[in-house]
Amino acid sequence: MAAQGDQDPRIARISSAIRVIPDFPKKGIMFQDITTLLLDTKAFRDTIDLFVERYRDKDISVVAGVEARGFIFGPPIALALGAKFVPLRKPKKLPGEVISEEYSLEYGTDKIEMHVGAVQPGERALVIDDLIATGGTLCAAIKLLERVGVHVVECACVIELPELKVCIPIISNTNMLSEL
Amino acid sequence: MSAYRDKDPRIHGIQTTIRVVPNFPKQGIMFQDITTLLLDPKAFKDTIDLFVERYKDKNISVVAGIEARGFIFGPPIALAIGAKFVPLRKPRKLPGEVISEQYELEYGRDCLQMHVGAVEPGERALVVDDLIATGGTLCAAMKLLEQVGAEVVECACVIEVPDLKGRERLNGKPLYVLVESH
Repeated sequence: MAAQGDQDPRIARISSAIRVIPDFPKKGIMFQDITTLLLDTKAFRDTIDLFVERYRDKDISVVAGVEARGFIFGPPIALALGAKFVPLRKPKKLPGEVISEEYSLEYGTDKIEMHVGAVQPGERALVIDDLIATGGTLCAAIKLLERVGVHVVECACVIELPELKVCIPIISNTNMLSEL
Repeated sequence: MSAYRDKDPRIHGIQTTIRVVPNFPKQGIMFQDITTLLLDPKAFKDTIDLFVERYKDKNISVVAGIEARGFIFGPPIALAIGAKFVPLRKPRKLPGEVISEQYELEYGRDCLQMHVGAVEPGERALVVDDLIATGGTLCAAMKLLEQVGAEVVECACVIEVPDLKGRERLNGKPLYVLVESH
C-alpha cells in the first residue's frame, strides 16, 4: 500500500524534496537522499503528519526505528502517538544487554540489536526506516520484535524501491506502507 | 546553564529515566544510557518541550544533530520550532558533496561531515547531541557550521558530564543542558 496511489496533495512536495545521487555508495546505485527533505520544513512536517494520521487510532505503543535514518523519522512519530521509541542498532552500539538478529547482505551478513526489556509481549509496534530496498533490514527488525512477543502492526517507510520487491513475500504477513 | 539548576519540575522525571551502564564501552566509563528515557513517553516529551520552550522565539533556522543520538532529539526540536534539520555524520555516510572537520579522540582522530548547501551564511543554528563529555565532537560540529558562515547560537544536550570540562572546550559558545552527571 502506498499513499501515492491516493495522491494526497502533500505527497508531490515530499517527493520533489528528495534528491537522487547517482553511483552512491557504488556505481549503478541511484541513492535516495532524504537530507534535502529535512531542509524543507513543510515537507518534513507533512511526512510526519501523514504517518501520524494513519496510526493515531491504532493503539500503537512502540515505534522502533532502524539506525540511523530511522532515528530521524521514528521519534517525531512516537512523540505524536504517545508511544515509546526503541532504537534498533548495529552491533556494539547499545550499552545494555541486547538481543540480535542476523540478516543477509549482498556479500556476507550484518546484525541489528535491541535492548532486552525495551518492549513487552503483546505490545503493538511500528517499524520505521527512511527507505525499503530489498527488505532485509526491515525483515530482521520484524523478527527481533516478534521474538519477544510484540505484534508488528506495520512497517512504514518514506520511500519504497518497487523494482527491488524480491524479499517482500518474506514479510507478507505484515503490512507495508510507503509514501513514495 | 542548565535546567538542572533551574529546578524545573520536569527535570526529576527526566533524570530518573536515564540509566547508567558501568564499564561501557570500556572499563571505568559510566555510560549514560538515554534509551530508557525514550521508553517513557512523558519524559521524552518533557525533554523536547524544555528545549522548544527555550528556543522557539530565538529565530533559529537550523537544528544540526550529531550522529546518531543527536538524530533522536534534533528532529522533534526542529519540527516544533519550524527549523531545518541538518544531520552531521561520520565520514562516507552522506551521499552528496560534503565539508569535513577533524577532531581529536583519546587515541587518534575522527571526522564529522555536513552536506554542502545544507546551511546558508547568516543562518542561526543550534547544535544538538544527547551528551557532552570532552566537547570534542560538539566543537567540530560548531566549526563545520561556522565554516559556512552560520551563527551557532547555542549547543544543547540532554546530559553534561561536568568533570570532563567539555563546556570549556566550546570557545565561549553557550551550552544548555537538562541534567548533570557527577
